[in-house]
Amino acid sequence: MTLLSRLQAELAPDQLITDRQRLRTYECDGLSHYRVVPALVVLPRTAAQVAAVVRACAEERVPFVARGSGTGLSGGALPHADGVLIVTSQLRDILEVRPADERAVVQPGVINLQVTQAATPHGYYYAPDPSSQQICSIGGNVAENSGGAHCLKYGFTTNHVTGLQVVTPDGDLVRLGGATPDTPGYDLLGAFVGSEGTLGVATEVTVKLTRLPETVRTLLAAFTGTDQAGAATSAIIAAGVVPAAIEMMDALSIEAAESAVSCGYPAGAGAVLIVELDGPAAEVAAQFDEVSRLCAENGAFETRVAADDTERQLIWRGRKSAFAAVGRISPDYIVQDGVIPRTALPTVLRRINEVAAEHGVRVANVFHAGDGNLHPLVLFDDDVPGEAERAETVSGAILDLCIEHGGSITGEHGVGVDKARYMPRMFTDDDLDTMQLVRCAFDPDGIANPGKVFPTPRLCGERPGHHRGAHPLQEAGVAEVF
Amino acid sequence: MSALDDLAVKAGDDDVVAGVPARLVAAPATTEEAAALIAASRDLAVVIRGGGTKIHQGPPPRELDLIIDTRRLAGVVEHAAGDLITVVRAGTPMAELHGLPGQQLALDAPATATAGGTVAANASGPRRLRYGTARDLLIGITVVRPDGRITKSGGKVVKNVAGYDLGKLYTGSQGTLGLITECVFRLHPVPLFTLFVRAIAPPTHAANVLTAQSAASALEINAAPGAEPELAVLVEGTETGVRDRATALARLLNGEVTDTPPPWWDTPPWPATGDALALKLTGTLSGVPSLVSTAVEAGLTVRGSAGTGVLYAGAPVDPAATAHVVEVLRAVATVVGGHAVVLTAPPSVRGMIDMWGPVPGLDLMRRVKDRFDPDHRFAPGRFVGGI
Ligand SMILES: Cc1cc2nc3c(=O)[nH]c(=O)nc-3n(C[C@H](O)[C@H](O)[C@H](O)COP(=O)(O)OP(=O)(O)OC[C@H]3O[C@@H](n4cnc5c(N)ncnc54)[C@H](O)[C@@H]3O)c2cc1C
Ligand SMILES: Cc1cc2nc3c(=O)[nH]c(=O)nc-3n(C[C@H](O)[C@H](O)[C@H](O)COP(=O)(O)OP(=O)(O)OC[C@H]3O[C@@H](n4cnc5c(N)ncnc54)[C@H](O)[C@@H]3O)c2cc1C
Repeated sequence: MTLLSRLQAELAPDQLITDRQRLRTYECDGLSHYRVVPALVVLPRTAAQVAAVVRACAEERVPFVARGSGTGLSGGALPHADGVLIVTSQLRDILEVRPADERAVVQPGVINLQVTQAATPHGYYYAPDPSSQQICSIGGNVAENSGGAHCLKYGFTTNHVTGLQVVTPDGDLVRLGGATPDTPGYDLLGAFVGSEGTLGVATEVTVKLTRLPETVRTLLAAFTGTDQAGAATSAIIAAGVVPAAIEMMDALSIEAAESAVSCGYPAGAGAVLIVELDGPAAEVAAQFDEVSRLCAENGAFETRVAADDTERQLIWRGRKSAFAAVGRISPDYIVQDGVIPRTALPTVLRRINEVAAEHGVRVANVFHAGDGNLHPLVLFDDDVPGEAERAETVSGAILDLCIEHGGSITGEHGVGVDKARYMPRMFTDDDLDTMQLVRCAFDPDGIANPGKVFPTPRLCGERPGHHRGAHPLQEAGVAEVF
Repeated sequence: MSALDDLAVKAGDDDVVAGVPARLVAAPATTEEAAALIAASRDLAVVIRGGGTKIHQGPPPRELDLIIDTRRLAGVVEHAAGDLITVVRAGTPMAELHGLPGQQLALDAPATATAGGTVAANASGPRRLRYGTARDLLIGITVVRPDGRITKSGGKVVKNVAGYDLGKLYTGSQGTLGLITECVFRLHPVPLFTLFVRAIAPPTHAANVLTAQSAASALEINAAPGAEPELAVLVEGTETGVRDRATALARLLNGEVTDTPPPWWDTPPWPATGDALALKLTGTLSGVPSLVSTAVEAGLTVRGSAGTGVLYAGAPVDPAATAHVVEVLRAVATVVGGHAVVLTAPPSVRGMIDMWGPVPGLDLMRRVKDRFDPDHRFAPGRFVGGI
């Protein structure tokens, strides 16, 4: 029996897409310069159906890739040409909201923001808030260990997920963790979060809900340049204040945001900081004064305080629209994602501008300053011969700067296909080999999202250092099973 | 001469793990020395020992040739105050980390426990409500694998999603996947001001603290047979803010504000010596009251974090009754979505009960262990499901 006929027995006709035209809809995620049309797309409605699909794939040795909302920016959900794409868009139920236990249980296709919307009437919210929160799925968040502006204080997805039901790459349904913390045994939940779909498919997610803070206050501080804004960031942290968020935008990204949404940031600003504080009213008031003072001491020429929610939204609107807005000042751009120790911010930002100038491209910086998580946008024009290549060079050089300063090649967008080749710059062969021990325990045949995260995975059971190159299963080609 | 001949000495009378004596003890001083030692001790069954504060917890090792003692592998390598991180060798006593200038590693662990042991045991104290556990505060780790290879995961920045988060896997792995030699931790500023609120109150009142805007750093419970149950809350922040919140909480709980914690704060609820029964109980927040009442009815003292649902319970218990008490508590813990793990028990019953209890995902865990330690040399038999 072929894989297709097996799946036809498990799923309704409208849950299987084989039509080439319709398959094209899924050929890429948010990183659209990688495109692969999947051999088959399935839309399961239950965890049992996901398990049946994966089991069939395992038995036929066909690769599978999970896909949530497809907003990933590292090509993590890029389909496999000979594989099955498992799309979670029909797994969209919020199964339980239990404010008394500070937990919600949701299906993987549920949209991040909807968890907060379901919890808010009870006085709670879901803390991890990627900028894509209106569309990205919880399953995708789990796979990418997504963060957002507020993870400086509240942590990342991994700090807010206590339980998962997953389908392992051999098609078993397994529970990792639960509703309570500290489940005995290895923390496989912790290893699964951030594994980018290479250890299986999450089919149910138990998340922590966080109490809505009593007060939220937001301040915008304008500086002449990024050096001063970086120094203010360090001063705030050094003073023992942990804001909910500290975001920075440089001159170019301010320009882009202004042209897109007219957010009215102070004229002449070479950099702005958005600082948000939340918590009990008295604490926030005291810290707010401290933050204002530290910004002024470090060269802020204007600070604005959001008087109400509308003004607060306006401050954030500039920041949140910045990515899309650079499209207005440049025909093409690369979104880079790297991390450096916070204290290296001024140095690294200066180096980025030098490298950009050397190669004749512009870089706009808009990022999570409190975490040292940079998102340089490398602007270029594809119609100018050679410019795309130069942008690519600058983009890679930025990652080298991050590694050189003891940071990471990705803070939230993941490795995916895009950065697999950079992994050996950050990790030794032994480090990568150790990750493969975990991969092989879950997925001995290497069928879960192959070709992602790791540069050249070896076959499970081989000694490290031998048989590098393409995975034999990939080389063999499994298209004929369809 | 191999690193084993160089470093190992004959074990002494105290070199015993949960009743099983070792043959040899070795104390490497660097990651490289530890790697050479582990590579050279290919056929030996190994247990790692840090401060030894928890070494007897859990099932005894099936075999034991060599204890690797980490106390020479000590010292703070780096404290980057501006980045709120520190890099420490695994054998560094927690006392040294409790005293970092202006900053803290916000883990409640005894002064003589080591950083590596605290990670390997993923133990936690009251402040886990606000700061999390070693799992949340560890951002980078160096481990010598059972085959002697040195491997790193994570790094020196808080935000990092490059590759698998293996620090999580090693946290709580009880020395079964290798020897932790270095840890990178996220630090927090030392709070400007702290106060405690104490009240005689049933565990059900814990929910009031969580739903009030108190932003408590710890919410602890203490309940013993024949005594009124108590709640205690730690409030941290600026002086005015803390005074305001503490006053509001004292009113809410009909309790009192104090500068100091109650005497039972952050101490285990079992006798330090002897063969007490000691358990870790977990449950959903709404399940905490039933966990507490069941344990107290069984004659145990219960203490722990009512704000996260992680409790400890213990008492000197008649060995004959142990298995039954464990069974009763496990049943209740299961109903409230948690677990009951036996940390210590009288030696005569350790072999008769499953100290870890049922664990989801055990098959995958065995597969992980088989990959990391194919010969099952590291802490054999001490972990879940006999791993
Ligand atoms: C405008 C914009 C802003 C963004 N801002 C942020 C930000 O602030 N912070 C941030 O962290 N990210 C951000 N992202 C990136 C992206 O939104 C996140 O990575 C998100 O978590 C992806 O979710 P998704 O549902 O779209 O996943 P997809 O793109 O569909 O998939 C992402 C990865 O997850 C895997 N996957 C999906 N579902 C499952 C499942 N159920 N089980 C196992 N694996 C699964 C896929 O195989 C793939 O490897 C942004 C993206 C855009 C376009
Ligand atoms: C009286 C008492 C009170 C306690 N109170 C608290 C508390 O308030 N808060 C709290 O967090 N904890 C508490 N604990 C728990 C305990 O102190 C911690 O778990 C401790 O940090 C363990 O460290 P250790 O160095 O003593 O480890 P050990 O007891 O030596 O070892 C613990 C485990 O870790 C393994 N191990 C040790 N070092 C390594 C290494 N480098 N690599 C790999 N595996 C290793 C050992 O093999 C063993 O399985 C308490 C314990 C006791 C006995």
